[in-house]
Amino acid sequence: MQDLLPEDMLRFRRIEDVFQTCCRNWGYQEVRTPTLEYLYLFTATGTLTPSMLSKVYSFLDWDGWSGERVVLRPDGTIPVARLYIDNLSGQELTRLFYVTNIFAFEGTGKENRERWQCGAEFFGGAKSAPDVEIILLAEEVIRRLGISNVELQLSHAGLVKALLKELKLSPSEEAKMTNRILEGNWQALTKAKSTNPEIDRLIAALLGLKGKSSSFLHNVRASFPKASQDFKSSLEDLINIAALLDNLGCSYKIDIAAIHGFEYYTGICFQFLAAGEKIGGGGRYDNLVPLMNGEDIPACGFALYVDPIMKLLTLGKKKKGEPGILVKGKELTPGIAKTCFTIAESLRDAGYPAELDFTGRKESNYRWVVLVSGKEPCSFMITDYVQGRRLDAASMAEILKVVSEG
Amino acid sequence: MKDYQDGYIKLALPKGRFLSPTSSLLAEIALGFQDYSDKTKQYRLRSARFPGLSAKILQEKDISIQVAVGNYDLGICGLDWIEEFLVKYPAGALVKISSLNYGEGSINVVVSAEAGIANLNELSAGRNDYRIVSEYPNLAEAFALNLRMRRFRIFQVWGAAEAYPPENADLAVLWGKSGTHIATQGLIPLKKLLPVTAFLIANRESLENKDLSQILMCFSSKLIAEPQTSIENGLDISEELKGTRPLWQAKEINLALPDGHQQAPTSQFLKQAGLALQGYSEEVVSRRPSADLDWLGIKVIRPQDMPLQVANSNFDLAITGEDWLLEHLYRFPSSPVKKLFALGFGIVKIVAAVSQEMPVADIDELRSLVQSSKFAPLKVASEYINIADKYLRDNHVNPYKLIPTWGASEAFLPEDADMLIDNVQTGKTLKQHKLRVIDVLFRSSACLIANKDSLASSDKKGKMEFLTKKLRAGLK
Repeated sequence: MQDLLPEDMLRFRRIEDVFQTCCRNWGYQEVRTPTLEYLYLFTATGTLTPSMLSKVYSFLDWDGWSGERVVLRPDGTIPVARLYIDNLSGQELTRLFYVTNIFAFEGTGKENRERWQCGAEFFGGAKSAPDVEIILLAEEVIRRLGISNVELQLSHAGLVKALLKELKLSPSEEAKMTNRILEGNWQALTKAKSTNPEIDRLIAALLGLKGKSSSFLHNVRASFPKASQDFKSSLEDLINIAALLDNLGCSYKIDIAAIHGFEYYTGICFQFLAAGEKIGGGGRYDNLVPLMNGEDIPACGFALYVDPIMKLLTLGKKKKGEPGILVKGKELTPGIAKTCFTIAESLRDAGYPAELDFTGRKESNYRWVVLVSGKEPCSFMITDYVQGRRLDAASMAEILKVVSEG
Repeated sequence: MKDYQDGYIKLALPKGRFLSPTSSLLAEIALGFQDYSDKTKQYRLRSARFPGLSAKILQEKDISIQVAVGNYDLGICGLDWIEEFLVKYPAGALVKISSLNYGEGSINVVVSAEAGIANLNELSAGRNDYRIVSEYPNLAEAFALNLRMRRFRIFQVWGAAEAYPPENADLAVLWGKSGTHIATQGLIPLKKLLPVTAFLIANRESLENKDLSQILMCFSSKLIAEPQTSIENGLDISEELKGTRPLWQAKEINLALPDGHQQAPTSQFLKQAGLALQGYSEEVVSRRPSADLDWLGIKVIRPQDMPLQVANSNFDLAITGEDWLLEHLYRFPSSPVKKLFALGFGIVKIVAAVSQEMPVADIDELRSLVQSSKFAPLKVASEYINIADKYLRDNHVNPYKLIPTWGASEAFLPEDADMLIDNVQTGKTLKQHKLRVIDVLFRSSACLIANKDSLASSDKKGKMEFLTKKLRAGLK
């Protein structure tokens, strides 16, 4: 469990502000889903791994005798997909974004159980332009946040699934293999020798090589003419996306094995890394909405992980004495206190942040300090810490004049 | 180890099914405890050989938890309760040392022979909402998640899980001695989850920091490699295992009757009321007794489970205790369960008790003591979690920690809990264990409860009234 302190919240709000601005500029609208959802919402798709689902915080609701359990939201996309199906599925194209916390049961009590993410989902857009749109949107947010040395990695869930099918495993073995890969254990795939040497060659090549342009994928296509139809069409899809990114000057690395946890994804999967940490990811999930009893609507989306990004964010240093005004009372009589409140209110009305202080302690973190003495005719003394001067003022109008002239 | 002070090493030993084989094992490895027998009234045992070793007899369900929290360094209990804990808290402080190679049967996922579910694939592919009943909710959930079941609900029960399918549950996760044993209950095993063998377990920190070697050495001749315990075992369905129970027919009104201590007085009461039952006398115990009313379905289950099972409409009427009804209503105030009338038997007092050594006479003095932080947080052992919770809140006792137990809370005092909230009949047991009652929360009698929706239903109303009238006539 962690507190977000004022310094943390400055970073948090900066991320949120940049994210919201970018999303709105791209035509996305904000939504918010409840923190509590029914457990079956997350089991119903049959796509989340058992290990992920075993880490949900679940409990009985007011009608616990029904056996139905509720959970603290463990994932950002599925609730938004539910919101879309329940309320917005009539629209042809729907672009939504959200800032939300997700919860994961943590077995040691040492790790953080609540994580924040900024996510965007695009319902109704079929490949490949929408895939590129969400990649570029995510990339723009990261760029505007000023995070440097970011690597974009691309993979494709369809390709991985086609490879798995080629191994011709039994349904239960295939399910186990899928779980292992989703948990990031790609060695399992290379160890599973198929009867077909062509498949072993394909797996070795795809897991071993990393490409930096669509040419790499063209080479793969040319080297494996006997690959299955599923594989070829997924490869084609990835080629289209990669080619478009090439044309737009967006650099990336194709690394099939880099990505895990792509549970409901069906097409492109991507993630952003900075300073060795994963700061965001997303992909295409065309089956999720139909699996949740919605219509056959294709969709894609991404989420940026606020916690690691907060650590990477450099905030512009707040200049000393800018731009605050401190209003102080010389002594705490009812008359002076009233004047202090009135002065501060007028300053705020004029657009200046104004803080009150009745403690008499020295305070130098402000450009201006207005001391209310209560003595006529010059009831106010203004100290300008930037220019190091002192001025007397007799009225509110005079204070405003001094402050506005700087 | 003679240098160590008394009670340096604490061992938790099982009561119930594993008591006698564990006692024999300990005797064999020269670690015997004189009073560790079926007849003992003691909970605390001293080792004659190792003065530094003390032991306590606990319910098996409590042992894995008590060892994990560090109240005991070592423990012996069944693998089922260990895995029930570990599947939920894999990174916890519970370490399996070794199987002790005795035990019987296994934990299985079963369906009713009448359910028409032939294999696991149907469960994972299906879009049905499966009801799973079990004493092992964590194992049941892990099973459902591993199978990627799309929708399921888990009903935790205190026992008698075999009585629920097919009407009141689709699947059960339960213990069975063998495939045949399960089949005689009209059930088919779909998957074996784990064998039930006794295990030696340890607290991780004790194992890492404390010298337990002399005790562990005693076990050395008995330590064997872990048997197959993976809950990913293959299918274990034998084709010849077919249910033997006649086809079940839906009944208009369903009544739940209690097993255990309450069975004899309930049976007596029903006789008085003139309700003739087959299969509910002390000699013949059936999970499904029959009455001479063809519209009445009857099942025998745990009284603790009844309020919830009436609330979810599995039963229209049930005979349970007022204590268990209250426990349910405190948790779910809008539950559609209603008490119709008390039956006047099975009377117990629900009391709060502390060790005689604790210097308090009543709850007010206890509150002050907790506030003075001598006993903060106050550890309260109870099988009535919600009643205990409400009692402590209402009396402004703060802070406190609840320790759920499965009966016999008195074993926890004074070492592992400061107070208990439990039922007593005479108070003799409490005195024996040097405990003092500081408050009586309420008196509880057996009572007839009903589902409010059933009472209001035009289809059921007439027969419900007929039955309640008949039962009311049994009151003296």
